[in-house]
Amino acid sequence: MPALPRVPWFLLLPAAFVALWHFAVAERWVVEGIIPAPAQVLDSWRTWIFGSTKAMLSPYAGTWLDNVAYSTRRVLQGFGIAAAVAIPLGLMIGWNRLVARLVDPSIQLVRPVPITAWLPFAIAVFGIYDASALFLIGLGAFFPIVVNATHGVRDTNLLLLRAARMMGARPVTVLAKVVFPSALPSIFTGLRLGIGVAWTAVIVAEMIAVKSGLGYVLWDAYYVGRMDICVATMFSVGILGFVSDRVILVASRLLLRWRTLEALE
Amino acid sequence: MSTLPAIELKHVRKEFAKGERRVVAVEDVDLAVSHREFVAVLGPSGCGKSTLLNMVAGFERPTSGRVLAGGTVVGEPSPRRAVVFQEPALFPWLSVLGNVVFGPKTQGQPAAEYRAHAAQIIDQVGLSGFESHYPAELSGGMRQRVGIARALIMRPQVLLMDEPFGSLDAQTRSLMQELLLAVWESHHQTVLFITHDIEEALLLADRVCVMTARPGRIKKTINVDIPRPRSIEVTTSPELNRLRREVFALIREESQRAATERARAAANS
Repeated sequence: MPALPRVPWFLLLPAAFVALWHFAVAERWVVEGIIPAPAQVLDSWRTWIFGSTKAMLSPYAGTWLDNVAYSTRRVLQGFGIAAAVAIPLGLMIGWNRLVARLVDPSIQLVRPVPITAWLPFAIAVFGIYDASALFLIGLGAFFPIVVNATHGVRDTNLLLLRAARMMGARPVTVLAKVVFPSALPSIFTGLRLGIGVAWTAVIVAEMIAVKSGLGYVLWDAYYVGRMDICVATMFSVGILGFVSDRVILVASRLLLRWRTLEALE
Repeated sequence: MSTLPAIELKHVRKEFAKGERRVVAVEDVDLAVSHREFVAVLGPSGCGKSTLLNMVAGFERPTSGRVLAGGTVVGEPSPRRAVVFQEPALFPWLSVLGNVVFGPKTQGQPAAEYRAHAAQIIDQVGLSGFESHYPAELSGGMRQRVGIARALIMRPQVLLMDEPFGSLDAQTRSLMQELLLAVWESHHQTVLFITHDIEEALLLADRVCVMTARPGRIKKTINVDIPRPRSIEVTTSPELNRLRREVFALIREESQRAATERARAAANS
């Protein structure tokens, strides 16, 4: 295949989309006053972030960073708890047949319940507090991480296990020095899926179960008919999700340098 | 030095469950390997020769019979019975050095001790300068050198080699055979070497056990009285040619017998 010229190709689709959006509003292809134009969204977003010099134009002015901080903190806490429980548990399920028989069926049974279905339960138990949000985020991120960690352990090459035992490694050493590094790529896959679910969960939780954060702003703006803020919130969440995914990806590339070498082979 | 054999197999039989059926991989094998002896087990693929090695290593247990190492029944795998695998089975996340010192490090040897030993062995297998490379950056032959180095560093009582050069190209293979001969001259390990390559078995071993097709039995043991140190030139000597013909006749006889049995089984069913 001939080399493509070095152009930022990825910008093509977003640019086309924004153009279509702009003309759809400008030419009144959509019902007037419901969908805001791109320029208007950008303007409201700027006010939301930096505040406004005009007198009391928007109750949202200058509150963006606070709400981003609320949501991000919840995601990091919930995700952190999920990872701290799911990685060791996944290793044990993959490693020990008794643990697998004991725990795995229950996990598979609870896993298909959508995170949204847990909302009433979370509010009933934890109330309209942070704990509700953390519970939903943690639960949502837990499943992809635990399932992928288990899978990674079970995929460990039998010969590597034999080699380690032949070199005098006891089970604990085999688990720490062979099974864990071998499962690490799969664990990272789980973490990337988990952070995605965590952002979904935080928005759902904040829309209903807490009174702060981007999800709360999204629902609030919808109620008062501020579709421009709604759209700006969607973009904000998208960017945050993208950035957090990239952070995990970069961490995995640093830790799994040996895998990059294998891919080059 | 004790008079007990380094490895001893007594009436060893190994069955595997294959769905509903039971397959006999190895049947009534008797074999004794003396200290400092280099024994090759030669046989067609699927004859159970790797199963034999896995039982000596402690990866698998015999269905009946006994496997002894140094007079005691083989239990769990141990650094005293180091294995070199066909697929080198290196840890891809560790460097060459990391792979080589895995054994001594795991066994809690002080770093000061194993570092010097590692440098010496890495040099001996010709990998000096590649210590910080990862397995993915090495050729097949170099990976197998790491596999040999990490086995030797543990100063094992026996070295178990499971077709270690089977997946290498012909040129690399003969280089590795020469390397193994040189290493063996300086260590005089007890070696159990599994192979399907007649020439390789005769070049390396003091004794060659020719196995039958499944179920694997030892058909005949041939002494290779070619003086050591040997070099790769031995492979063209008249003595080795005579042995090659003898082994070849045995294997031919065996494959014909197997073919006749298959035909008979097909006719009966």
